[in-house]
Amino acid sequence: MKDNKGNALLFILLFILSVLYLIPILIVFINSFKGRLYISDQPFALPNAETFYGLKNYTIGLAKTGFFKAAFWSFFITVLSVGVIVICTSMTGWFITRVRNRVNNFLYYAFVFSMIVPFQMVMYTMTKIANMLNLDNPVGIAVIYLGFGAGQSVFLFSGFVKSIPVELEEAAMIDGCNPVKTFFWVVFPVLKPIAITVAILNAMWIWNDYLLPYLVIGAEYKTIPIAIQYLKTGYGGIDMGAMMAMLVLAIIPIIVFYLACQRYIIEGVIAGAVKG
Amino acid sequence: MHNRHMSRYFFVFVFPTLLAFLLSFVIPFILGIVLSFTDFTSIIDAKWVGISNYIEAFSNKDFLNALRFTVKIAIVTVITVNFFAMCLALLLTRKIRGTNVFRAIFFMPNLIGGIVLGYIWQLIINGVLYKFGVTLTYKPEYGFWGLVILMNWQMIGYMMVIYIAAIQSIPNTLIEAAKIDGASPFQILTRIKLPIIMPSITICLFLTMANSFKNFDSNLALTAGAPSRKTAMLALDIYNTFYNTLNGEGVGQAKAVVFFIIVAVIAFLQLKLTRRKEVDNV
Repeated sequence: MKDNKGNALLFILLFILSVLYLIPILIVFINSFKGRLYISDQPFALPNAETFYGLKNYTIGLAKTGFFKAAFWSFFITVLSVGVIVICTSMTGWFITRVRNRVNNFLYYAFVFSMIVPFQMVMYTMTKIANMLNLDNPVGIAVIYLGFGAGQSVFLFSGFVKSIPVELEEAAMIDGCNPVKTFFWVVFPVLKPIAITVAILNAMWIWNDYLLPYLVIGAEYKTIPIAIQYLKTGYGGIDMGAMMAMLVLAIIPIIVFYLACQRYIIEGVIAGAVKG
Repeated sequence: MHNRHMSRYFFVFVFPTLLAFLLSFVIPFILGIVLSFTDFTSIIDAKWVGISNYIEAFSNKDFLNALRFTVKIAIVTVITVNFFAMCLALLLTRKIRGTNVFRAIFFMPNLIGGIVLGYIWQLIINGVLYKFGVTLTYKPEYGFWGLVILMNWQMIGYMMVIYIAAIQSIPNTLIEAAKIDGASPFQILTRIKLPIIMPSITICLFLTMANSFKNFDSNLALTAGAPSRKTAMLALDIYNTFYNTLNGEGVGQAKAVVFFIIVAVIAFLQLKLTRRKEVDNV
């Protein structure tokens, strides 16, 4: 009885906290319907007859940033890069775990080492190399993401492969499957849980990444974060109304993605953190 | 047999990843270290200058300020994020209705990218400060606390999720036994729960620290270093040195190497600490 009362109080406390937690997003949403001049002054006021701006912020913002194009490139780059990363690093992770020799051991440690290197360390040189090799386009950038994301992904796949029995693969090979067939028909289906984790971790990183795409392809192709930052640095000073509208549009796909695969996202993040 | 037959497939399985890894990590990394000892404006015109870039980096006011600023942010963020995350995790592992919904809400900001986070909080904080007639970039302290609040909002849910998983893995019998022996809830927390989840606490402390040190996006969006580069963290200062300073490339690369060493030392400490804990547990 007493416990129930305590839990009811806790429930109310948590409810208030979670509402407070969501308020920043709600305020951005409300302000996206207010005129640009009324946002900095009174961000916490609801729109009224004078300040209500309808969808004008949205139309202005869309025109200024080319948001839909940016959303397309964000989507294109994320899907392509994540696909390439999952296929290539799962193959590599499996191979260097199963075939133990000095080269593969060395590679494993090189991949693990790359996980701790911050982006700024290779920012300049990598951008130059990408430029020299004509990788500075939405397809080529997938190669960059594969190289820079390989560390964690190979590490996660490799750790998972260690925990699965080798007998199944050996049976397949004895039955005459070559390693490529064995990998795709026998091994990869078993790797599915960790492949989902790797896909989600990389998708979150690449979708939200700003600096790498800005430096490599930003001059020609804008992704969503680049388009939003461009609102501030672009011509004519910052239009807070358009900014609010674009923030709302940037958050919507993330919330949809989150609602659709919340369980996988949270599990993936735990797996990535605890093992990585 | 298995091994030798498979080795021939190295090219198929490893080469694509390895090539990309060489091009976008290994070569840029080695080149980066070499270039930090040279003067250059493009890779081909590098001239050897010894350690003068490093000397210049460490006598650079902006860099020293960014270093101090980043360390301060990291310390405050590590403490606050983990404290609040642990409190929420302890609340959400009691049997309360709607735990899953609460957990999902607190985790959500973690999915939003740093640029978007920066502009959300710029609006909110400027809105509050407007009542006092100032803005976020009026004093470095405002930017400091703004970043701390932003990073708390971003990371609390993430760490909370890891703590919840750890707390839920504690065997219930252990806690029941302690209750029968007359342990108070506080004793159960400090003598049983916290020691058992210590490995997770170590992981979260280091994760928060590494994330704080490497922060760039939300720093750029929230204050972009204003006023006068006083709120620029290390990553932003390195960026500014490369791209917003005349002939800054050499010094920028030296700063980047120092930054890498700091992050590597943090990661190395984490590895040593978590390894030791694992041995202790066995």
